[in-house]
Amino acid sequence: MNPVPLVAVAGNPNAGKSALFNALTGARQKVGNYPGVTVERHVGRTTLPDGAPVELVDLPGAYGLDPTSPDEAVTRDVLLGKQKGERLPNALLIVVDASNLDNHLRFALQLIDLGLPTVVALNMIDLAKRDGLELDVGRLEAELGVPVVETVAVRKRGLAEIMAQLNEMLIAPRKIRAGEGPSHDPLALQRRAREIAMAAIIRETPVRRITHRLDGLLLHPIAGPIILAAVLFLMFQAVFSWSVIPADALEAATLSLGQAIGDVLPHGVFRSMLVDGVFAGVGAVIVFLPQILILFLFILVLESSGYMVRAAFIMDRLMSHAGLSGRAFIPLLSSFACAVPGIMATRTIDDPKDRLTTILVAPLMTCSARLPVYTLIIGAFIPARSLAPGIGLQGVVMFGLYLSGIFGALLAAIVLSKTAVKGGGGAFMMELPKYQLPRVSDVAIGLWQRAMIFLKRAGTIILSTTIILWALASFPQAGPGEKQSDVSIAGHIADGIHTVVAPIGFNKDISMALLPAMAAREVAVAAIGTVYSLDAGNDQGLQTLEQRLSGRWSLATALAFLAWFVFAPQCISTIAVTRRETNGWKWPIFMVSYLFVLAYIAAGATYWTAVAFGLG
Amino acid sequence: MAVPLLSLDQLKLGVRARIAAVDWSALGESEACRLRHFGFDEGVLIEPLHLGPFGRDPLAVRVGRMTVAIRRAQARAVRVTTEAP
Repeated sequence: MNPVPLVAVAGNPNAGKSALFNALTGARQKVGNYPGVTVERHVGRTTLPDGAPVELVDLPGAYGLDPTSPDEAVTRDVLLGKQKGERLPNALLIVVDASNLDNHLRFALQLIDLGLPTVVALNMIDLAKRDGLELDVGRLEAELGVPVVETVAVRKRGLAEIMAQLNEMLIAPRKIRAGEGPSHDPLALQRRAREIAMAAIIRETPVRRITHRLDGLLLHPIAGPIILAAVLFLMFQAVFSWSVIPADALEAATLSLGQAIGDVLPHGVFRSMLVDGVFAGVGAVIVFLPQILILFLFILVLESSGYMVRAAFIMDRLMSHAGLSGRAFIPLLSSFACAVPGIMATRTIDDPKDRLTTILVAPLMTCSARLPVYTLIIGAFIPARSLAPGIGLQGVVMFGLYLSGIFGALLAAIVLSKTAVKGGGGAFMMELPKYQLPRVSDVAIGLWQRAMIFLKRAGTIILSTTIILWALASFPQAGPGEKQSDVSIAGHIADGIHTVVAPIGFNKDISMALLPAMAAREVAVAAIGTVYSLDAGNDQGLQTLEQRLSGRWSLATALAFLAWFVFAPQCISTIAVTRRETNGWKWPIFMVSYLFVLAYIAAGATYWTAVAFGLG
Repeated sequence: MAVPLLSLDQLKLGVRARIAAVDWSALGESEACRLRHFGFDEGVLIEPLHLGPFGRDPLAVRVGRMTVAIRRAQARAVRVTTEAP
């Protein structure tokens, strides 16, 4: 059986390629990864005018066939039929930005020279007209030797004609040129592109472009950073406050579903695994879905409007001091909500070394899962004293923990970019694309895809980990008069952990909490709560967890515990996403090791300093 | 009298110039490749539009019909002339 014909959609970044791809295929898309690289493969199905099915693949945006990034390498390899996991395309749809012909035609010329049946989409023709450009499509067709169709992807203009042209190409494939193969002389190509653009432009009325005026404000030396700060403030407000209601609802739903199932099933191992393992564990992770979606909503809107690149522009200089580029700013910022979407967002960083450094330091940003831990410990041990009007000691400690994370990340980035990840770009070269209103359906498709990636992970790695953790904590089962937490494998592991962490002031309770906290940091709170409620006598039954803690831990231990959580990579999801994004176990293992070493040193230093001040 | 060549990072905001030469050897391989992709070439019109707010770095420059961001360190490799061709 012949496979469905494949059409590759290729073009420069910012040519509106993905918008055209979305418009042509709608929601019938699949997102995967090319084998061996962390480049997303987007394919979609649609039907040709003659009713035959056709598959479209949205290749990563590229400037040429001489790659400067892993994305561009995939684009080249697919087009040359060398990419693993992809067949050679039967036809090519080249997308060019009508108002940036002199640049986009260079890559288009290279692509046409590949000799595949080709159609060119002259995209965003409406914006070109708005900018005062008038183009001669016939002349362009004559110069390029392939059909050229005017399109406005976001208004679905020209789509039918594209499909008709592709249909014709696929029925009667014809070689466009005697196959000399693509030219690799960039300057010659560039000059030829400029000549063609010059010939195709009938008239050009100089107008003050909207983008230029907006940049005057958004990149203004004073207004620019203020606006950026305001946008970020709004983003964080949204992530933390809008997500509360849906997150609570999700938590309640998983909980009651777990209970309902628990009520139906007979008591036993299977019920315990389902209720205490699966529902408790996955539930703890699903709760983050609203936050992740809201964060990605902002990221997608900022990205597709063109503002994201401006944010990177504003922050580049500051980031460069830490050996990073401006592109790392948004992923690191996102990591304050959760390192998982933050690490996923590093895909926007072109330079692989810069990207790796960013991934490795992202877990140091204080994510929202640390908040329950911080809140509990601070509430129990730091007096609610006022230092100055409106400034409480507890708030200052919390702020200090955030600062420690940021400071630690900057320091780690400086060290890493000079050692383990040496040779990062050190350059910041980016196109500042035109501003555009993001389209609801493009953002919706992007959000849907992120949600599926997250849920798939929750359904596989996180699910299996929580089951393992549950098993460790449940077997062997305690006999009468024994405590489950003492006899279980987890209890014995906690004993082992305790010998390691005792020198930094951690007691047995903390050792017990550290293992389940690997699933997610906030689980530490629940774990400590469980241990104490099991051990508590009836007379202590009315005490809150905070009261119990302050009676049993020294202040030095509590502070050491806080310092530990600033650095410790206690999050299976982060480790899993790092493995996925770096495509192997090498870097996640490295990350976990250096972060645990940092955590150990920080906690130890905190403990012994506090003891020296008489707080032990 | 010939107008002396400036490097791109010395050019004032809003002043249009032409690229006279690019010192490709002063750039890393991928940096040079990226600049070529952006259309940096002798004779192309170039105009600095904006500066980064911290330390006046990076630069946003219009080159041909595109606006691109580059750091000062790389902009130094681009020689420009304000003389009409």
